[in-house]
Amino acid sequence: MRSGVESPISLGFPKLRVDYRDSLSLVGTVLKYLVVPLFLPVVVALVYGEPVVPFAVTMLLTLASGVALERLRPEPDLGPREGFLMVGLTWLAVAVVGAIPYLVAAHGVPLLMEPVAPTSTLGNPFNALFESMSGFTTTGATVLGEISVDKHGYSVMMWRQLTQWLGGMGIVVLAVAILPELSVGGAQLMDAEAPGPGIEKLTPRIAETARALWVAYLGFTALEIALLYGLYLAGVDQNLYLYNAVAHALTTMPTGGFSPEARSIEALSAAAQWIIIPFMIVAGTNFALIWRAVTGNPERLTDDSEFRFYLGVLAALTAVVSALLFTGVGFVAEVPAGGTYDAQYLSDARGAIVANLEPAVRHAAFQIVSIMTTTGYASLDFNAWGPAPQYLLLFAMFIGGSAGSTGGAIKVVRWYVIVKSVRRELYTTAHPAAVRPVRLGGRALDERAIRGIYAFTLLYFVIFFVATAVLLVDADRVGQRLTMLESMSAVAATLGNVGPGFGSVGPMGSYLGFSNLGKAFMIALMWVGRLEIIPVLILLTPEYWRR
Amino acid sequence: MVRRPMRVIIIGAGQVGESIAGDLDEDHEVVVVERDANRVEDLTYSLDVLAVEGDGTSVSTLENAGIERADMVIASTDDDETNIVACSTAKAISDAFTIARIKNTEYLRTWERSEKAFGIDFMVCTNLLTAEAIVRVVGLPAARDVDPFAGGKVQMAEFEISAESPVADQTVREADRFDSLTFAAVLRNGSVEIPRGETVIQPGDRVVVIGSPTSVQEFARSVAPDESPGTAEEVVVVGGSEIGYHVARLLEERDFHPRLIEQDHDRARELAEDLPGTIVMESDATDIAFLEREHVGEADMLVAALDSDEKNLLVSLLAQRLGVERTVAVIDTTAYVELFEAVGVNVGISPREVVAEEITRFTHAGGAENVALIETDKAEVLEIEVDRDSALVDRPIQESVGTLPAGVVIGAITRDRELITPRGDTVVRVGDHVVVFADASVVDEVAERL
Repeated sequence: MRSGVESPISLGFPKLRVDYRDSLSLVGTVLKYLVVPLFLPVVVALVYGEPVVPFAVTMLLTLASGVALERLRPEPDLGPREGFLMVGLTWLAVAVVGAIPYLVAAHGVPLLMEPVAPTSTLGNPFNALFESMSGFTTTGATVLGEISVDKHGYSVMMWRQLTQWLGGMGIVVLAVAILPELSVGGAQLMDAEAPGPGIEKLTPRIAETARALWVAYLGFTALEIALLYGLYLAGVDQNLYLYNAVAHALTTMPTGGFSPEARSIEALSAAAQWIIIPFMIVAGTNFALIWRAVTGNPERLTDDSEFRFYLGVLAALTAVVSALLFTGVGFVAEVPAGGTYDAQYLSDARGAIVANLEPAVRHAAFQIVSIMTTTGYASLDFNAWGPAPQYLLLFAMFIGGSAGSTGGAIKVVRWYVIVKSVRRELYTTAHPAAVRPVRLGGRALDERAIRGIYAFTLLYFVIFFVATAVLLVDADRVGQRLTMLESMSAVAATLGNVGPGFGSVGPMGSYLGFSNLGKAFMIALMWVGRLEIIPVLILLTPEYWRR
Repeated sequence: MVRRPMRVIIIGAGQVGESIAGDLDEDHEVVVVERDANRVEDLTYSLDVLAVEGDGTSVSTLENAGIERADMVIASTDDDETNIVACSTAKAISDAFTIARIKNTEYLRTWERSEKAFGIDFMVCTNLLTAEAIVRVVGLPAARDVDPFAGGKVQMAEFEISAESPVADQTVREADRFDSLTFAAVLRNGSVEIPRGETVIQPGDRVVVIGSPTSVQEFARSVAPDESPGTAEEVVVVGGSEIGYHVARLLEERDFHPRLIEQDHDRARELAEDLPGTIVMESDATDIAFLEREHVGEADMLVAALDSDEKNLLVSLLAQRLGVERTVAVIDTTAYVELFEAVGVNVGISPREVVAEEITRFTHAGGAENVALIETDKAEVLEIEVDRDSALVDRPIQESVGTLPAGVVIGAITRDRELITPRGDTVVRVGDHVVVFADASVVDEVAERL
């Protein structure tokens, strides 16, 4: 009998069938390699003359815990069940490690370093973990009291951006790409982690597929850095100095949404906003499709029914919101009590957008693309919008990006299948004998896959409604002022990895108002949402752990 | 083209083999190889052939049949694998041209990939041919004759122009409104005329056109709108057999939206997945309640392609009772065809007969891949694979046609299984298949020079 099965007996789980040591060992491997990306903020710290201690401490801790976990099982052998556990735990562990620099920067290290940002809200461990989980899951919801590089330092803010970039294509996909020991069970792992129903192998070897995805991801990030920095060099946007160009590219491609600017993308020029829109659209597209398109099959894009549906929905929503903004009916009449903006802001926004085609289309497209792809950037405070466009944004939060993209939420492909199977249902009601497979891009879908999609979508909404209730009750418990819309949007934005919601959790606001318990709950929502619910939920079923 | 008597070995003396032997025994030396001693005895007396008892896949039997002097081997047993092995064996020990009868379209697909596969020179697919024959009946009732070329990518059709036809008294230029269609010939008073743009189509003429199935279909509609079904016409295929599947698929290719009724759950699902343009229904086609609920009686055409003749007869008669205009039934036992048609089935199609006809036609034709005879030998339509020595190769058609005798029309070209409509500046390449219309007087010369 293997040692991994022996020890749980003493814990009182005699039938435990999951060899958790294999999983932990691989989590350790991933943690060990997390040292590598930590060099980027170190470089930034050196450039800006900031202390490197927060990152050095993190490197030591992640290396030590990684090596320790690896020792549990020197040659791990991963089955499908261990794979789910490994993926779930990896995201938790990475989020914990990601929180360390925030805590160290806020509290300092005795004898070594004075606190960098002693008044930072990230001194609270709940806040630090929230910010880190929000980063890795590419949510973009923040609990920073004050978003500024001056207060937190360039290096810490760059780490915040980098967590999103790492989480975007997937920590585990990255691990599969570079770690040979993950090559066999890798497809299972990527399946558990990658957004959408099922993965698409581009090459016979899964590691090569993972590498191809990361190369495409890296390529687009580099292109965006070049274009944004180009605006700075051309003198168009003084805010896009190299640091900001890199910082924003790092959070566009993963559909993240963090920005070192307090006013998000409002701080950037119209030209920069126009550049970011297509990159968000690409980020919300299936990377396997993009890979095929850029490697010589551009017709694959237009042939793909999910991609066409995705663009169609984006275009339709943008058109409606543009019209609402252009005519002015899409704005609130006056600033409500407790608004996140003042009357001056509202009248400025109205003045700039109403009856002006370019700003109306730009802001509509930017917000719709940002929210639907679950990026979470904002080019203005959309709390100033009226109920109709706000509702459309809430709606878009549930659509999400394409399967195999970095976007979150329910995913376009599921909606597409649901729409088609409902049409099938209507048809077969009239013609009961008709046999009509649901087709996705010419290929008939297995009925089990369709059931899975229904189950997922229903589960998503159940969690949405229950979690909204939990947040509202918790808000009452601590006396937090939270409207129903705020609570619903907070859940939709964290579960769907979108980021900003409405009202106090709006694009220029933060999630600071919630209690520690509420934040812990939303940390779980982000985690569950990023892994698309099922891989996490099965960890909670007794059948998973037993025979 | 070779028209001398050949020595033909036919392996398998079932309905197909016997029928082919009967067609060939006048002009050629025919040897029939059959395992069943009684059949051998029968054939010896009923046909002017040499019947040899034995297994057609064994070398010794083939040698007994005189394989070393054979010009052609036709494997026509009911078993695909036997036919394939027999052809491969014959190819291995002789230079005979080999023809195999196949049911499974997978083998046909393999063979089409590499036309040397299995040592088979010509493959005849029963199910596909039958389906094509049915679709011709369904799709072009106005045509007097329809022949497929280049694996179905090209069709030749002959239409008689009535005085009411919209194209009557029009010039060819006016009538030619179709993209991938060539007017190959006008047959008038028993003579063949190669049409020019200014040729006037007169009532009573017969027009031979060559083009894609869709364009031929459109032409049929413009020639005889009353008789030709529009694609909005309803066709119901009963039975998801291989034949039924191919009928539905070919109809889809011609822009029809047929309904297909199949009883088996898994097969229905499989068909629905493979036929995006067809509405597949899972039901027993003899269930009257179902037929009425789905208004099958309003269909213009019903194809019965179930696996038993009796059921096909029953379904056809039932459909007619419900009001279907035309019924086509697949009839496995050739002898029943006449009977069924007498009882009321509009058209009975026997797969065996279709295959036997195809093989006979091919055998008559000699070397060219595919031949259709127009007006009993006044002219021929040939399909030829262009090789390096062809007069057509690597030059625009307008240039090469000048060097060919008058009475030749290049009807269609297929390259890599895609149809190219020949225009004056089209350059023909090695490996292209050209479908050529040729007057009988120049056919031999043309066949040689292409």
